[in-house]
Amino acid sequence: MTLLSEMNQRALDLGVPLSVHLDLTYRCNERCVHCYLDHDDHGEMTTAEVADLLVQLADAGVFFLSLSGGEVFMRRDLFEIIEKARRLLFNVKVKTNGVMISKEEAARLRQLGVEQIQISVYSHRPEVHDAITKLPGSLARTIRAIRFLKSEGLKVSVSNVVMRANFVDQSGVMMLARELGAEYMLDPTITPKLDGDRSILALRIPGNDLKQIFHNPELVGNVEEFCAAPPPPGEDVSEGFPCSAGHTACYISPYGDVFPCVQFPLPSGNVRRQRFLDIWRDSPQLKEVRSIRAKDLPTCSTCAHVGTCTRCPGLAYMEGNMRGPSTADCEKSFLRTGIESANMLARAHAAAAGPLIQIQLPTPPSYLGPRCESSSSQLPGA
Amino acid sequence: MAERYIMRGSEVAARVLGGEMMVMSTTDSTFFTLNAVATAIWQAADGRTPLSEIVANKICREFDVDQERAQRGADRFVDELSRHGILLVSEYPLVESFPSPESR
Repeated sequence: MTLLSEMNQRALDLGVPLSVHLDLTYRCNERCVHCYLDHDDHGEMTTAEVADLLVQLADAGVFFLSLSGGEVFMRRDLFEIIEKARRLLFNVKVKTNGVMISKEEAARLRQLGVEQIQISVYSHRPEVHDAITKLPGSLARTIRAIRFLKSEGLKVSVSNVVMRANFVDQSGVMMLARELGAEYMLDPTITPKLDGDRSILALRIPGNDLKQIFHNPELVGNVEEFCAAPPPPGEDVSEGFPCSAGHTACYISPYGDVFPCVQFPLPSGNVRRQRFLDIWRDSPQLKEVRSIRAKDLPTCSTCAHVGTCTRCPGLAYMEGNMRGPSTADCEKSFLRTGIESANMLARAHAAAAGPLIQIQLPTPPSYLGPRCESSSSQLPGA
Repeated sequence: MAERYIMRGSEVAARVLGGEMMVMSTTDSTFFTLNAVATAIWQAADGRTPLSEIVANKICREFDVDQERAQRGADRFVDELSRHGILLVSEYPLVESFPSPESR
């Protein structure tokens, strides 16, 4: 066990929120085709509100602070906020598209002791990257920013969200990151919009492409190990919980709303109305999230992948049930190992059996529209 | 041995978790946890108080340890953390270039 995982375990035992992802704004200078946010300002927290929140977070024991957006540099008070965060001795990571970072900004980030800058890059080709961001010239500006940051000695990681439009450029982005001296992270996750719109899920890469990713040693290391059949789950697995969301981590929106995770839009309180620590300790929603154990999951508890699946409770929640399967993760487990998940088997069985009773209604009730759309949740490539 | 003054580096993240101080260098991401004695030295590292005074007035009194042993341990701890920029060490008092941390 590494020192850091020991700290995670201790935070879990003590109920300490070790990590917080704080979006300072949803405004953005790019309009990425896969973005899950709406970019209007609905009343962001002021500088003073954010400063007060940072003090509360420090008092609650938060150590890792990710500042993101939207585009975080759209906040004119960003450096004031980072300075406050660093004075409170947070480990600060900034997520940005880099478009607004020039030499001066890079130098200031270095001076303030920001630990890492994560920058989104979709392709090494401007015509592909700029078509995704819908901002002409954005790749050139992003690359220029990475060079400024690296020249200051900052740690930069390139985050490469892959989707249908840019999958073939994945290795090009990896080479670009290497050339720039940045770390490379691939993310094949496209999530529904926060307002529930699932249309952008059509951008997800098809299953065969995802399978290629899982079998690429440059990306996953030891393929045999990574794609091995899951071992039979032990007792510790059934008592386990899915991820750190709500346990040692949470997400706070620019409007002060607290959620278990950025990918888990279950409103759990608002720091404009309550102290952060009161929400963290007493929110019924967070308590419910924390109460879930693998053995309580109606379908997943019987699944061969239960001990190794990357099941995201937030994605499951967006599919309608935080205790249900996350079909995107079911697919990942299948494509990785070739073994179907319990959810996939159940769906196949249900499809083969057909409905027990077929009722033809003259006109469908209005609630059936979105419900049906949601429950069908087509897998990419399916 | 010349007097040594110690000050917390500016490129450091730190937080107390369950009574132990977690400290991370933001330049090389080295992560440390400090025991109670090391935490006391860390918290007293204001750049103005000599290390020997911190050991004598704080460590020996609070942790019931003899001065020679405490000084040896403190020197080792300071050397290790200074290698990662977590503590700055000088033979002269140090002045902070970054606004004072608001330790929590």
